[in-house]
Amino acid sequence: MKRAFPALLLALALGRVQAADTPFEFADAATEQRYHKLAAELRCLVCQNQSLADSHADLAQDLRDEVYRMLNEGRTDEEIVGFLVERYGDFVLYRPPVSGTTSLLWFGPLLLLLGAGVVWWRMGRARAPAAAPDPDEAAAIAALKRSRNEES
Amino acid sequence: MRFIVPLAIFIVLVVVLAVGLKLDPRYVPSPLIDKPAPEFTLTRLADPAAQVARQDLLGRPLLLNVWASWCSACRIEHPLLVELARREQVEIIGLNYKDTREDAAAWLKAHGDPYRDSIFDPEGKLGLDLGVYGVPETFVIDAAGVIRYKQVGPLTPEVWQQEIKPLLARLAQPRP
Repeated sequence: MKRAFPALLLALALGRVQAADTPFEFADAATEQRYHKLAAELRCLVCQNQSLADSHADLAQDLRDEVYRMLNEGRTDEEIVGFLVERYGDFVLYRPPVSGTTSLLWFGPLLLLLGAGVVWWRMGRARAPAAAPDPDEAAAIAALKRSRNEES
Repeated sequence: MRFIVPLAIFIVLVVVLAVGLKLDPRYVPSPLIDKPAPEFTLTRLADPAAQVARQDLLGRPLLLNVWASWCSACRIEHPLLVELARREQVEIIGLNYKDTREDAAAWLKAHGDPYRDSIFDPEGKLGLDLGVYGVPETFVIDAAGVIRYKQVGPLTPEVWQQEIKPLLARLAQPRP
């Protein structure tokens, strides 16, 4: 078991390297950086919670090849993203543009926060009058406190 | 009265979650609907020397069925395609996706060939242009070469009856 552990760690580390490793060769570091940025921002359609960079799906590999090919053709990031959006829709983007269909996605959390704020404010207001007890109650409480103090 | 607000929130939550449960998270709406089918020049599955191109798809509405011999879900929908080709007024074109000619031909021989024509796309180039992400996929393309409908996953009798058949009937009518 003790010996198995380093082996397991090594396997995990190698797996990590393999997943991050790309068989592509880049003309320069800037292009490589652009490739990694694009692959991280584009979403794999088969395993939808992974980016192209993370996914081992065949389709992700195909799309990585396409991105690499287009980078080498000298296309801009916008053109490459546009190419994929034309075919797969905004779905391939982890940061979809603000539009009619994505407005709920973008502003939903803000709406929820606002709603929670309203509820919180209303609850605070509903409780506020209770903070000032009526005179009879105040007198009763004071009497109770006094009697307690005398006891101790 | 004080229970109204929590009750309202609860009801809204239930409705939102119920709708969410019914939605298919794997469904990706295609941006290609009502767009012209992409240009391509590939070869016929049965004949590496015979070219087939976009213009061969024009002139009549048809189904373009994307399939592969390695695709297990394709086997599920295939009997329906065979039956449609035999019994219904519909032309089905096969797009063999990322496959080999040998495997594809053997598969068609074993399971039946419903396709009027089969396009061979070993690298998935046309598949990429069609935004294919999960075979089988089926497109309805009208006479002008415009994509009218896309089904991701196996075709079912319900989808045929409720979506594709009425659509084909509409497409068959001459335009005003």
